[in-house]
Amino acid sequence: MKRALRYIIFYTALFGLWTLLAKLKIWPPYLFPAPWTVAEALYNGFQDHTYWIAIRVSMQRVLIGYGISVVLGMILGLGVASNKFLEETMGGLLVSLQSLPSICWWPLALLWFGLNQNAILFVVIMGSLLSVTLAMEDGRKQMPKIFGQAGRNLGAKGFKLFWYVLLPASLPFIVSGLKQGWAFAWRSLITAEMLYLSLGLGQVLMMGRDLNDMSAVIAVMLLIIAIGYIVDGVVFKGMERHLHNKWGLAPAA
Amino acid sequence: MSTNAQTVRRQYPIPVEPLPSPGLKRGPVSVGHFDGERGHITSKVGLSDICLSYRTRTGERLLALDHINLQVRAGEFLCIVGPSGCGKSTLLHLIAGLHAQSSGQILVDGKPVQGPGTDRILIFQDHGLFPWLTVGENVEFGMKMKGICKSERKEKVEHYLRLVHLAKFEKSYIHQLSGGMRQRVAIARALATEPDVLLMDEPFAALDAQTRDLLHDELERIWSETGRTIIFVTHNVREAVRLGDRVVLLTFRPGRIKSEFPVELPRPRSLEDPEVALAARAVLDELREETNRSLEAEYKSGLKPSIPPGASE
Repeated sequence: MKRALRYIIFYTALFGLWTLLAKLKIWPPYLFPAPWTVAEALYNGFQDHTYWIAIRVSMQRVLIGYGISVVLGMILGLGVASNKFLEETMGGLLVSLQSLPSICWWPLALLWFGLNQNAILFVVIMGSLLSVTLAMEDGRKQMPKIFGQAGRNLGAKGFKLFWYVLLPASLPFIVSGLKQGWAFAWRSLITAEMLYLSLGLGQVLMMGRDLNDMSAVIAVMLLIIAIGYIVDGVVFKGMERHLHNKWGLAPAA
Repeated sequence: MSTNAQTVRRQYPIPVEPLPSPGLKRGPVSVGHFDGERGHITSKVGLSDICLSYRTRTGERLLALDHINLQVRAGEFLCIVGPSGCGKSTLLHLIAGLHAQSSGQILVDGKPVQGPGTDRILIFQDHGLFPWLTVGENVEFGMKMKGICKSERKEKVEHYLRLVHLAKFEKSYIHQLSGGMRQRVAIARALATEPDVLLMDEPFAALDAQTRDLLHDELERIWSETGRTIIFVTHNVREAVRLGDRVVLLTFRPGRIKSEFPVELPRPRSLEDPEVALAARAVLDELREETNRSLEAEYKSGLKPSIPPGASE
């Protein structure tokens, strides 16, 4: 109850400050829109289906891209974790590649795939693949050895060993990496969409700039934040809670 | 030479004074039985000249197991004792097929061991149960891997959970159980794959004394009900004498078989039986030398002289 109160106070203050600054008209309204203009832009955007379409297109892309990242990243991470040669060579490369913003792949992607959906997907995959791979590698190493041994002992091998033992055993150790991978995928997607006419949320955001409509820009920014937050807070938090209950670990802070 | 479990013979098989005595067998003794009619060895598990060496982090080769020769009869309850670092756990891992020996051969039913198989199930000291599965799903796991159909699995899960008195906990998760209950689930999980040989790696070492007593009784009962062959590793000599038909003592690094002690006490036994204490004393006297060597090595190196189970990799 106290926590709810703190939230209410904080957001009321933030909202009040915004309203006040807008009311004072220090900047012209088209540069610094008031909260209600943003709310109006949101309403209109949903009314004429622009936002619905943009959300659907963007979500579809991020799910495909992130899905590919997770599958590839798990295979790669498992390979790196279980092979000394790969660990020594590719492990270092992966870490150094992580310092590269994924949008740097954009020029290459354009030339390789052309101006289309695949180029965007490529950037999304490159954005999240590394976090997933590193998380999987780390998770595989942190996972107690005994699970693999017990699994093999009970007759699991090959794919069955991976699917029924190694994957569920490493989940608590990779879930934060998966979450980070999702955040990177989402950011890479929006960045890539902003650079190319593409129907997604990124493009709608840029459209607001082209029309000098800051209320639309802020509205889309809020949407991007909201979707990122919901996936993080609902999907991943739920997954973490589920794992903690099953494993009997202390709840995540 | 009948050291059968069920032979009820009230006698002290191991005289305490003087040592050594005719009742004691010293050194590696082969106990393989020749079956005259079929003409082959009837031992369930046969180890011949097992050696295991591995490279330590500093690059030197360390001999962990040195020419282990051991025959285990079908239905026998064999206990292996030794100081920490003697490679007794590693030996179980080799029989389980989780690691490969450097030389020598392990035969189970006359066939060489090549990798893990559900005819030999290992029960770990820290149980190795899967925390993401319920108790029932854990017990079911080995059967699922074997491809046994669902209705049969369900039936067997119920049967084996009843056997370890945990039928009510089928839907619980592992972390909700006490240490003793976890170890009983591990036993049920192992039995559910219907292995011929149960390999137990200090399964009760982490439990409190009362729980351990109960589990000793329960294990003895399950063993006599199911007729499995059990190879039980422990550092607790009393436990070994209380449970085993035979106790094998390993030396400290390299692990060699130092002595074998047949235990011909009537069952059911109890840790408090004076006969058990008496027999344990004889084993302890020999073990003490090895423990001292183990401790000495510990003081010298400043490190715990243990051989990790994964050392051979």
